Amino acid sequence: MRFIFRTSYERDIRLFRDRTTMGLYMALGLLLLALPWLLGEYYLSQASFIAIYAIVGLGLMLLSGFTGQISLGHAAFLAVGAYTEAWLSTRGIPFLISLPLAIAASAFAGLMVGLPALRLKGIYLAIATLAFGFIIEVSLQQWESVTGGSMGLTLDPIILLGMPLDSETHFYYLALALAGLTLLLLRNLLRSPTGRAFVAIRDSEISARSMGIGLAKFKTLAFVISSAITGLAGALYAHKLQFISPEQFGVFVSIELLMIIVIGGMGSLHGAFLGAVFMTVLPELIAILRDHLPTSLAYQPGLQPTIFGAVLIAFVLFEPAGIYGRWVKVRTYFQLFPLYRKGLLKREKSYVKSDRLS
Amino acid sequence: MFNEFLQLILSGIAIGCVYGLVALGFVLIYKATEVVNFAQGELMMFGAFIALSLSGFQILPFWLSVILSVIAMGLIGGVVERAVIRPVLGQPIFSIMMITIGLGFFARGLASMIPGWGTYTHRLPTPYADQTIALGELALSAGHLVIILVTIAMCILLFAFFRFTRIGVAMQAISQNQLAAHYMGIPVARVNTLVWCISAAVAAIAGILLAPITFVHANMGLIGLKAFPAAVIGGFGSIPGAIVGGLIIGIVEAVSGRYLPDGIKDVSAYIVLLVVLVIRPNGIFGEKLTKKV
Repeated sequence: MRFIFRTSYERDIRLFRDRTTMGLYMALGLLLLALPWLLGEYYLSQASFIAIYAIVGLGLMLLSGFTGQISLGHAAFLAVGAYTEAWLSTRGIPFLISLPLAIAASAFAGLMVGLPALRLKGIYLAIATLAFGFIIEVSLQQWESVTGGSMGLTLDPIILLGMPLDSETHFYYLALALAGLTLLLLRNLLRSPTGRAFVAIRDSEISARSMGIGLAKFKTLAFVISSAITGLAGALYAHKLQFISPEQFGVFVSIELLMIIVIGGMGSLHGAFLGAVFMTVLPELIAILRDHLPTSLAYQPGLQPTIFGAVLIAFVLFEPAGIYGRWVKVRTYFQLFPLYRKGLLKREKSYVKSDRLS
Repeated sequence: MFNEFLQLILSGIAIGCVYGLVALGFVLIYKATEVVNFAQGELMMFGAFIALSLSGFQILPFWLSVILSVIAMGLIGGVVERAVIRPVLGQPIFSIMMITIGLGFFARGLASMIPGWGTYTHRLPTPYADQTIALGELALSAGHLVIILVTIAMCILLFAFFRFTRIGVAMQAISQNQLAAHYMGIPVARVNTLVWCISAAVAAIAGILLAPITFVHANMGLIGLKAFPAAVIGGFGSIPGAIVGGLIIGIVEAVSGRYLPDGIKDVSAYIVLLVVLVIRPNGIFGEKLTKKV
């Protein structure tokens, strides 16, 4: 195991831990850039979906994983971004203008939710966001003059600076670039005082407050940034599918978005990406599994939710830290070999955190 | 005109009672263990399906199959608690919430794969179906009347249980302070399992009551998402609050479905919820959620 001796405070907040890490991420970046040559059309399209889900995962991770605010209605922000983008782009607004507008619309929706949510905690917040999600979903169905109701809206491919991004490769690069930018933005945000304030609020609101962090300001900010990022993903999602309807933004989508961050690993930026990969690969695996099952079982529509539910339960039961947590454990095992012992990375204390007085 | 309004209120109360019963299940579990059970609606759906399997295929008389399915759901509730909830007790509320959400997915998928249940909509034959009772100029369907009566009976039963039995008092003690209850010699873990049994049994009753109105299908558990606002409006830790919240939601839904434009009915529960949360962040009867340092 290599030890890093920190000789200045600057080293604590560097973008990369050291040159090796930087090299590894660069290599990963190059691999992702080379992906269109390595994968076929179908798998490249799945890779674009992974990039989009990763952006949503990052947004939700900031809110739930780093600020500790549960949102069960995140699909609503996705919907606001997607519908704004769809509405603007069908009216001929160029992508470079409509995308920021879609992001702004989502951010505004986040502000609207964030303000009343300030007084709510834990389960009350979860249910308030759930209610918000439902209201948005039904509004999309009913406001037919703008959203097309249940008929949905169709979109054309993105035209970026006069160049239509109609091939899978073009779209993949756009999604990848935006995912990379979002990652960089969040990484920088989390290294800044604002990010530290978020984490402090997650760990203990009372101590954060006594350290002089304005809860109202930072909680609202977390909602706004998170929903803005989700809105960005929503705009991409709309263009990727080229058809959006209210059912794509229901409460179950919100739950799948939560699954991304829980399975990926709460409280880590890696987790958002790993979760996005997992949630895209799992349906593919289920599709493969269907070929090997007896016909009576293979064509059951209930198979997918059953497996999703079982996987989610298994993760929370056996690896609450998610895929990234497992990876850290495996890595530490080899770095410390043969000195690794069980529970090395466990927090010292685990006790019932009651929200009640007494 | 006025009669029509009263009629609406009556059917609203009947549906509200079902919401209230499902919300009661949430509240029981939350009060004892601080777990929010997002799978409560699915427990209800399972209860209705078991009753359907037992009575729909003409094996047993209706009342016997109802009792058997309530007992069966009680057992299932206990098994679920032992298998997946107890291992994660003490973890953050978020993980437990995700587990119960996972349970909901799992149960819904499973129900649609069980032969004979499937993705179809079933009709649970009840002896009181298609009967109406005239109350002056109002007509009350027997199904609605049964719902209201059973809910009242359940409330009295639960009240007596918590007030007069040893185990009920022990549950109250646990809901106030687990550690102190443990020191007083109450087997906290075992009582928590029992709470899940009771909650699942109440859910089964709600499911059977709801069956004649919405029919039995794998997605009927989604009504649990309507019972959430009911539980929250009443204040999440309050048993009378759950019933009152359910009644409010039921009546608001019935009235808004009749007098307001399309679509409002589906979200009226959530709009009421948001309004209540803005005014009283802990619900009408809610306990105060602050932490002492």
